[in-house]
Amino acid sequence: MKYLDEYRDEKIAHGIVAELFRRATRPWVLMEICGGQTHTLVRYGIDEMLPAGIELVHGPGCPVCVTSLETIDKATDIASRPDVTLISYGDMLRVPGSRTDLLHVKAEGGDVRVVYSPTEALKFARANPHRKVVFFAVGFETTAPANAMAVWQAKREGLTNFSMLASHVLVPPAIRALLGSPRNRVQGFVGPGHVCTVMGYREYEELVREFRVPIVVGGFEPLDLLEAILMLVTQLEEGRVAVENQYVRSVTCDGNRLAQKILADVFEVCDRKWRGIGGIPESGLRLREEYAEFDADRIFGTEGVTADEPAECISAEVLQGLKKPTDCSAFGTRCTPENPLGAPMVSSEGACAAYYLYRRHVIAARQGS
Amino acid sequence: MCLAIPGKILSSAGHNGIRVGRVQFGGITRETCLDFVPEAAVGDYVMVHVGFAISRVDREEAERSYELLESMGLLQRELESDLEDWQADR
Repeated sequence: MKYLDEYRDEKIAHGIVAELFRRATRPWVLMEICGGQTHTLVRYGIDEMLPAGIELVHGPGCPVCVTSLETIDKATDIASRPDVTLISYGDMLRVPGSRTDLLHVKAEGGDVRVVYSPTEALKFARANPHRKVVFFAVGFETTAPANAMAVWQAKREGLTNFSMLASHVLVPPAIRALLGSPRNRVQGFVGPGHVCTVMGYREYEELVREFRVPIVVGGFEPLDLLEAILMLVTQLEEGRVAVENQYVRSVTCDGNRLAQKILADVFEVCDRKWRGIGGIPESGLRLREEYAEFDADRIFGTEGVTADEPAECISAEVLQGLKKPTDCSAFGTRCTPENPLGAPMVSSEGACAAYYLYRRHVIAARQGS
Repeated sequence: MCLAIPGKILSSAGHNGIRVGRVQFGGITRETCLDFVPEAAVGDYVMVHVGFAISRVDREEAERSYELLESMGLLQRELESDLEDWQADR
């Protein structure tokens, strides 16, 4: 597939790695933000190809993983109602809430459906006017415009049976929270390529000015990540600090103005609780007052229960890059994708799931010892 | 989910005031909303996320930056073959 396959070229990968070995003279701690980037790094063993001093820690860029426990509980509550069809992106289904998850609700008779696009949820609502259709809209800035379009269309068409349980999160405030933490060791970031495709990267320039840490906006294929890492190490070795764009085939400084416009028309910034990290001010999006009739939170009056994660789950530390999934005592034994203790093991972009898929030999070694 | 994949626009049409296209990804073709990329035409590649095109792939930028990557791969090949020659000569 064009613009994908050529970014997996092994010879070029070796060339970039060789260049990294030439340029890196000191240890550096880097973080990639997106779960999709984590998966590529682990799957292709990129983290193991790098010079020994370059450490990659995994960031919180997995929207499924950071959706708060309360929000999952709201979704399972709403989905359990007999007159509701809850429609969701697939990877939300097995994320554990404090009591249950959407898949179990479905198994017990709840009408829970999976879609690839919010367009399909709208189609379902139009075709089933007697069902209360609730779209579970989770995601970063990449997904928010598509979710916004769905609500915008629903309002334009005067649909009365469609609403949205929205839980969007924003990346720059999360980076700010990580950099502001006394436990932070990250010296450079691989920025979120598709979030920046939508939003551009001006917000990251502010972060760089304030915290003096380089950010290179990176893509998701092996060569993208290797090139982004090379660009970061080059800046660090030269003592430069800037935002650079590796993912030029998709990202521009201004981003996609039309997508940004619909975001601003439909949503407004709010405080948001991130599972594992806690509350981050002005880090979320909620529906504007003009769209109140489409806000499932208001319609269903859902009150979440604050509950603790299972004691063994270290997802909070994994999401902040303080621990690796393999540091967890439950990894691969009591916590697996079939029986997850926390969200990063369930989500297709979760760090724990990535390690489980591609690094299971580490579990075998531990069990053998 | 923040994965977007590149696909080629095969056709586009208006539907209820929204521009929708048939976009091809390898072997499969999917209906995709093109409202965020009015500049993208049939034959262009777009990055698609949850059924929405979020950017038009900049061909010139992609080619230019890929040439740099290729030169790193070529340099590495030369260095490796120099090394092999040197080892063979010994």
